[in-house]
Amino acid sequence: MQILTYPDPQLKHESLPVERFDTELQAFIQELEETMRAGPGGVGIAAPQVGRLQRIVIVDVSSARKPVPNHGRMVLVNPEITQWKGMAVGREGCMSVPDYTGNVIRAEAITLTAKNEFGEHQEFQCEGYEARAVQHELDHLDGLLFLDRLVSRHRDLFRRKVYQ
Amino acid sequence: MAEWSMLTLVGEDRPGIVAAVTEVLFASGCNLGETAMVRLGGNFSMMLMVSRPTDGCALDEKLSSVMERFGLQLHQSAIIGELHSHLQPNLQLVVYGADRAGIVASVTAKLAEAGFHILDLRTDVGGSSRDPIYVMEIEGYADQEAAELEQRLEPLRQQGVEWRLSTIDLMVG
Ligand SMILES: [Zn+2]
Repeated sequence: MQILTYPDPQLKHESLPVERFDTELQAFIQELEETMRAGPGGVGIAAPQVGRLQRIVIVDVSSARKPVPNHGRMVLVNPEITQWKGMAVGREGCMSVPDYTGNVIRAEAITLTAKNEFGEHQEFQCEGYEARAVQHELDHLDGLLFLDRLVSRHRDLFRRKVYQ
Repeated sequence: MAEWSMLTLVGEDRPGIVAAVTEVLFASGCNLGETAMVRLGGNFSMMLMVSRPTDGCALDEKLSSVMERFGLQLHQSAIIGELHSHLQPNLQLVVYGADRAGIVASVTAKLAEAGFHILDLRTDVGGSSRDPIYVMEIEGYADQEAAELEQRLEPLRQQGVEWRLSTIDLMVG
């Protein structure tokens, strides 16, 4: 599938909840995952990025350049964040916004609920890089890009996580 | 294809400079590429990547009235313009210390030895004229592990230079 890029208007639309957990959905999710893995370094993808305005995202940071705490491959259908903790600045890019990266403030840790591709209830606690990826993808479901949340590159409001 | 120039304009900082300059460029059919504009010690400096249509229009002539009005100096050089090819920084270094000559040179020398490619560098002077504080922020790319770079920078602490190296872990989603 082709990844839509800004200024495609579909990227600015709110997506609708999934109601039917059928084989068509499962086939779509498999294709969506293949599209994410084929992309340049993408650790997450949201259905509206391929023009399907439904609340479906996939996140998998298990093969990030630097190892980070993670839940492996997460298929999140109708996801809801129920708790936010802490804040951190981090650098983000987006497969729908080529050749631009910028600083965004996100919660450092989140709790979320979602269905999987079979309609089963799941709950996750994510932190750091994975939490950032989840929040970035969930924004896509509300028609928000990281460009909508940019903060200054030169005047960090929060101290970046220190290397150790 | 349009030709690219790098315009550098410098003058005493006054409100309205950016609007006046970019209005002339726009009216002359120019496009802006990447730019950096910043107030440095009460002066406003602008670096603008400008593409102009190849109609031989002389930008210095078109800008002359704005330059006169704001007391700006212009430098113009033909460049090979390359958009859509950003290099992605993976390290950020913040350095500070009491103002002293050579702080930029000594830090960047260590970085150069390590093959660190500087992509963005800003320095600022805070504090007071009696006790100035020198702050430098650098973003760049290095193949080396952060720990290796930290070892190279370690001796700077003995010279009263504080620094903090952090990774920039880009998340693309
Ligand atoms: Zn994205």
